[in-house]
Amino acid sequence: MSNAQPFEGARTEARQGGGSSSTTPALKEWPLWEVFVRSKQGLEHKHCGSLHAADASQALHMARDVYTRRQEGVSIWVVPSAAITASNPDDKGELFDPAADKIYRHPTFYEIPEEVGHM
Amino acid sequence: MYTQSFSVPDNAGQKTAARTPSTEDPELMARFDARIDADGRIEPQDWMPEAYRRTLVRQISQHAHSEIVGMLPEGNWISRAPSLKRKAILIAKVQDEGGHGLYLYSAAETLGTSRDQMLEGLHSGRAKYSSIFNYPTLNWADVGVIGWLVDGAAIMNQIPLCRCSYGPYARAMVRVCKEESFHQRQGYEALLVMMKGTDAQKAMVQDAVDRWWWKCLAMFGPPDADSPNSAQGMRWGIKRISNDDLRQKFIDATVPQAQVLGVTLPDPDLKWNEERQHHDYGQIDWQEFWDTVEGNGPCNKERLSTRVKAHNDGQWVREAALAYARKQQERAKKEAA
Repeated sequence: MSNAQPFEGARTEARQGGGSSSTTPALKEWPLWEVFVRSKQGLEHKHCGSLHAADASQALHMARDVYTRRQEGVSIWVVPSAAITASNPDDKGELFDPAADKIYRHPTFYEIPEEVGHM
Repeated sequence: MYTQSFSVPDNAGQKTAARTPSTEDPELMARFDARIDADGRIEPQDWMPEAYRRTLVRQISQHAHSEIVGMLPEGNWISRAPSLKRKAILIAKVQDEGGHGLYLYSAAETLGTSRDQMLEGLHSGRAKYSSIFNYPTLNWADVGVIGWLVDGAAIMNQIPLCRCSYGPYARAMVRVCKEESFHQRQGYEALLVMMKGTDAQKAMVQDAVDRWWWKCLAMFGPPDADSPNSAQGMRWGIKRISNDDLRQKFIDATVPQAQVLGVTLPDPDLKWNEERQHHDYGQIDWQEFWDTVEGNGPCNKERLSTRVKAHNDGQWVREAALAYARKQQERAKKEAA
């Protein structure tokens, strides 16, 4: 599990941020935010896209206009894209393959006599 | 709305550049090809050949630009819509187009281009957008016809893109397609209402159909034989159905709709071919199409200057919002200290 990756949306900044000062964001472009929407009460927030906004409250407002014009949501989260750490796709094997041969982690691995019924 | 099913090279012209030989790592390339062959999806952090990345950036940003420029011909009619109901519908539609532009710009940004770079491409005239918006919207029926035919053609183009091999583009298209069906239906219904009106209103609808029909057919891009980039797009799973097949599908779907509406499609060669089980149709004027792509359509200059002016007029707002956000942050930091 070598290097964690910046999130997909943060790719631009990651690519361009190279040598320039990293403490002050570039003045030209508004920062990037990832948007998560809860479609209805009782369900989880789901990633639905990204947008540029000057600050968090503006990002919320814009997310409402862009992603919930047809009652697609009852709650919105916005997260600065640069704040998300993602796994590296090159580590996919190392991270996820070990689970492939552990079939005993699934209920179907176990045979139960039929007369027991549903378990 | 609004992609053209092909991706015009930004340095346009009808000739395509000679293919440069691939200098990609053969092992990575083989893995990429295998995933494409298995109809798998490519995500932003996955390795991809530079040519694939470049093609996608060009196509997705052209598509995004088309959504944004597409707001202009219809936006002109918001203040002149014939009723409050039609005005509310049109505002909602134009707002959707802005949203579609944003979904697409976001998808392109995952490929390592920035919003500013893309906007600079559009504003400098280097990047293309769908040529259909370089024609004027002369009367209210044009707004209905844009919904019915232009959005109808765009939907034909966009549905296969929902299965595009590049994940973020495909996901953006799913969202766009969901919203697009309202656009086509509202346009068709607006025309139905006009066709129940006076002779003058019916004539307006027919006039608008006459002016837009051929341009909508051209939206699908050059014939397959003259579309050398298509094969690569197909190979990469970016393009799923050929220009001519999509065009045929659109014509076959539209003919019965025109009958119900009571308008004539302006093509004397348009007729059902029993053997092919498709409609035959006449010659598209490709010279006119390419003239418009290359910047000489009736509205190219007007559209671009309107777009640039809107962007420039908003510059101080963008800067002020950033300055305000920074000030708030500094204040919060000071208070915490």
